[in-house]
Amino acid sequence: MEFLSYLISGISLGSVYAIIALGYTMVYGIAKMLNFAHGDVIMVGGYVSFYATSALSSSLLGPDASMGAVAAGKIISILLAVLVCTVLGIIIERLAYKPLRSATSLAVLITAIGVSYFLQNAAQLLFGTAPKSFTPVVQNQLSLFGGQLNISYVSLLTVIACIIIMLALTAFTSKSKLGKAMRACSEDKGAAQLMGINVNRTISMTFAIGSALAAVAGVLLCSFSPTLMPTTGSMPGIKAFTAAVFGGIGSIPGAFLGGILLGIIESMAKAYISTQLANAIVFAVLIVVLLVRPAGLLGKYVPEKV
Amino acid sequence: MKRLGTMKKASKANFATYLGVIIAFVVVSLLKSGGVLSSSLSGLLIPVCCYVVMALSLNLTVGVLGELSLGHAGFMSVGAFSGIVAAMSLQEAIPFAPLRLAVAMVVGALFAAVAGVIVGVPVLRLRGDYLAIVTLAFGEIIKDLLTCLLVGYDSNGLHILFNASGTLTVADLGMDETGVAIIKGAQGATGTVTIATFAAGFVLILVTLFIILNLVNSRSGRAVMAIRDNRIAAESVGINITKYKLMAFVLSAALAGAAGALYGLNYSNLAASKFNFNTSILVLVFVVLGGLGNMWGSIIAAVVLTILPEALREFADYRMLVYAIVLILVMLATNNDQLKNLLKKIIPVRKGGLGDGERV
Amino acid sequence: MKKFRMIALALAAVMCVSLTACGGGDDDSKQTPDPTGTTPVAGEAFKLGGIGPLTGENAIYGTSAMNGAQIAVDEINAKGGVQLELNAQDDEADGEKGVNAYNNLKDWGMQALVGCVTTGSCIAVSTELNRDRIFGLTPSASSADVTAGKDNMFQVCFTDPNQGVTSADYMAEHMADKKIAIIYRNDDAYSQGVRDAFAAEASAKGLNIVYEGTFNKDTQTDFNVQLTGAQSQGADLVYLPIYYQPASVILSQAKQMNYAPTFFGIDGMDGILTLEGFDTALAEGVMLMTPFNAWGTDDLTKNFVTEYESRYGSTPNQFAADGYDAVYAIYNALMAAECTPDMSAADICEKLVAQFTAADFSVDGLTGTSMTWSANGEVAKAPVIVVIEGGAYVTQ
Repeated sequence: MEFLSYLISGISLGSVYAIIALGYTMVYGIAKMLNFAHGDVIMVGGYVSFYATSALSSSLLGPDASMGAVAAGKIISILLAVLVCTVLGIIIERLAYKPLRSATSLAVLITAIGVSYFLQNAAQLLFGTAPKSFTPVVQNQLSLFGGQLNISYVSLLTVIACIIIMLALTAFTSKSKLGKAMRACSEDKGAAQLMGINVNRTISMTFAIGSALAAVAGVLLCSFSPTLMPTTGSMPGIKAFTAAVFGGIGSIPGAFLGGILLGIIESMAKAYISTQLANAIVFAVLIVVLLVRPAGLLGKYVPEKV
Repeated sequence: MKRLGTMKKASKANFATYLGVIIAFVVVSLLKSGGVLSSSLSGLLIPVCCYVVMALSLNLTVGVLGELSLGHAGFMSVGAFSGIVAAMSLQEAIPFAPLRLAVAMVVGALFAAVAGVIVGVPVLRLRGDYLAIVTLAFGEIIKDLLTCLLVGYDSNGLHILFNASGTLTVADLGMDETGVAIIKGAQGATGTVTIATFAAGFVLILVTLFIILNLVNSRSGRAVMAIRDNRIAAESVGINITKYKLMAFVLSAALAGAAGALYGLNYSNLAASKFNFNTSILVLVFVVLGGLGNMWGSIIAAVVLTILPEALREFADYRMLVYAIVLILVMLATNNDQLKNLLKKIIPVRKGGLGDGERV
Repeated sequence: MKKFRMIALALAAVMCVSLTACGGGDDDSKQTPDPTGTTPVAGEAFKLGGIGPLTGENAIYGTSAMNGAQIAVDEINAKGGVQLELNAQDDEADGEKGVNAYNNLKDWGMQALVGCVTTGSCIAVSTELNRDRIFGLTPSASSADVTAGKDNMFQVCFTDPNQGVTSADYMAEHMADKKIAIIYRNDDAYSQGVRDAFAAEASAKGLNIVYEGTFNKDTQTDFNVQLTGAQSQGADLVYLPIYYQPASVILSQAKQMNYAPTFFGIDGMDGILTLEGFDTALAEGVMLMTPFNAWGTDDLTKNFVTEYESRYGSTPNQFAADGYDAVYAIYNALMAAECTPDMSAADICEKLVAQFTAADFSVDGLTGTSMTWSANGEVAKAPVIVVIEGGAYVTQ
């Protein structure tokens, strides 16, 4: 039973990583850049949702609002977070990344780090240094086996949301016109341009989608771990990035698989080996996987052309 | 003067570099002894030296070898902690502090080199962003392992424990009454006798420059750069890729270790968590802003960017915001084609490292 | 190539000169504006430095302590008579930045230091303080290493070993039959220090520790595994020698998994009730050892809390109270030792050290009455255990 509990907490942690990793992998796959600011967009999403929820519950809904009104308030706050993050993502892309389209990937990486520092510090000035406590979007838990096994609804929600998003993204990239354009850009930007695809616009759209995903990830991350501060996004961001690489960066199912596996490995390492070294073990597994499969679990290994 | 004229172009440029560093050192030392330098600036001298060496050594990996490393701080921490252990345990054996510092830096460099081999052998098989993430992973692993380390020294010698269960304490080291705890797990190295000096930092910069510039202008260095510019072509002319990559990587790690030892011996308290991902990024920013493969650029970027946040102290809360904006603007400006063309007219283009051509 | 090098060289030279120029000017020209708008004339006010994390993820601790200190300074200045001037500098809870901040304050002409707020930075800075003979009183850096071997470094807060031992003693007395689990942060000197002392004392008192779990900065978002471990070992008392932010996550995640043991925190837990957005029902029944009770009914506490809330819009935590007490302790000692603002920092240091260790010197503050200091810098005051009931502290 304990093992099952550990497994479940691993899966729910993993699905948080997976949702963030999906955003990472989208942007990497198409724009070929490590967007280190992704984690900080997540943080912004968390804050927007936090303030929206508290504003709605204090002004519009009142203390004795009905269940339906509260649920509607929560949905509004999530939508607001999605909206703000999408706009933010587009602005960041326009101002900081677009001028660097032809620059080296290292220059883009440093710029992304600059954006990440900017967002963290701006958040500190705007929202203050004090941590906030986030109210999870859903409360309580599902008790099984007479209370021996408890699964929180947040975990269930995260896992379900994660699967839906993954399926939606897969369908989007394989079926829709924009999705196909994205894949074309990912394969070969020059050829895509020759085929009449507006590469610049496609990349901007990718950022918009990635940022919208970040908002959802922010709400779910903060529901899972109900605390919010300007640096909330950075470590989960790095972990999710690891997850994306683990599964094969650029691959949507890979990000999902990588995230879930990373979460399970982390939980199991904590439970059975050492809570001290859980992180080190996660990273060690990543290294071993990359040595055996240099492009990650589901990544395509493209041999160098001479 | 005549000899100078006949010198090869490369060595002349190197000469200018050494001269520049020496002049800077003399000027700063004079100012310091004259009491003109404020405490806040003189306090920055040693960390600045450490960051300069860190930037130079990372430039060897990123600029000269052309591999992106996001875990350079890991080597710095290995050097720092081994250097601290060496310096603290040799306190009686070598009472002369500058010698003890030198020994500590050598020990730091050696341990970091060993870490460099352990990391480098598997990692250098990977490429591009995968290599970057694995170096990041190693940096984090090193940090976590050092957090679990307990080291003490008594009349019987060194006592080392690895606290994987989280339940061990300094008391478990089993030291006698002469024992001194050097590294206390989470707390890091506490009570370190600070023996780092600016002069030692200066010497370390010179040695680093000497090693890197000589390497770059040697047969091995050209082999390393050939690998950077075109790995397949380099391989086809019979260059042993693994050997040269590993050589450059380990050398870079060793220099970072020496810098770490100097850094560690400048503060009476140092925790492993200091050497996290952000520190690695900080050094990478020095290298990129200074120009890949450009040693002078690394030096200047490290100096300016270490002093800048301090100079911006008056802006208090806005300091890091300004730093971030400066960072973004500099990257945008240096990659702006119009500005580049303008600069090209003033300054001849320099050969870039990783930056030139598509990375694979 | 050569031209570029020359330009670079010239740039470096210019930079050196300009930096030293502004560095040299710092000594006399810079005046940090006082938030109240009254800048005391140099030489008529004691210059107190303050160091703590004002930015970064530990910023809440530094800003609280410095806000508290500022209130004390303004109160003292409003009385007329001897004036104080506080210059708070940021160290991002990092030793290197702490030493930088310290050097900066030295240039400003600091005569005594209120700081540093966090342990790691404080150990690094206290070595410098000791070498330069400047008096230091830390509001909240609680490791024994902060004061060890430094005669001019004192603490307002309890030391880590003291907290660990006190909590173990309390448990041995009041809940000896409980099965105890410990969850602590193993890359944090404060948390590890308390845990080590607690574990040693607990085994000496025969307490039953059934589970120990750790986390670090990078894994402080998920405690499900640790909580499941504690629950499966049947722990009914969970000791949390950690700060309130991870503690709030633990309380929330424990509720999500239907685990309801008694939680027992230390001073770092203080602040959990005023965490914005926190459902105080989660903390119902939590016990903690804290020197400061913002719901206290004495005048000193009430005035301080009112003033703090009106200025900064939030309820003060123990860091703010520690900062406030630190300023008053220094002020009282300065007055008792008859120091004047024109004295050198080193002279003030010797007088203050003598005063702090004097047998008849004691301070009544927010965090304790009749606080006295031993020669090794540790404070002596009565520990207070509170239980959270109905969203407020109830003293045991």
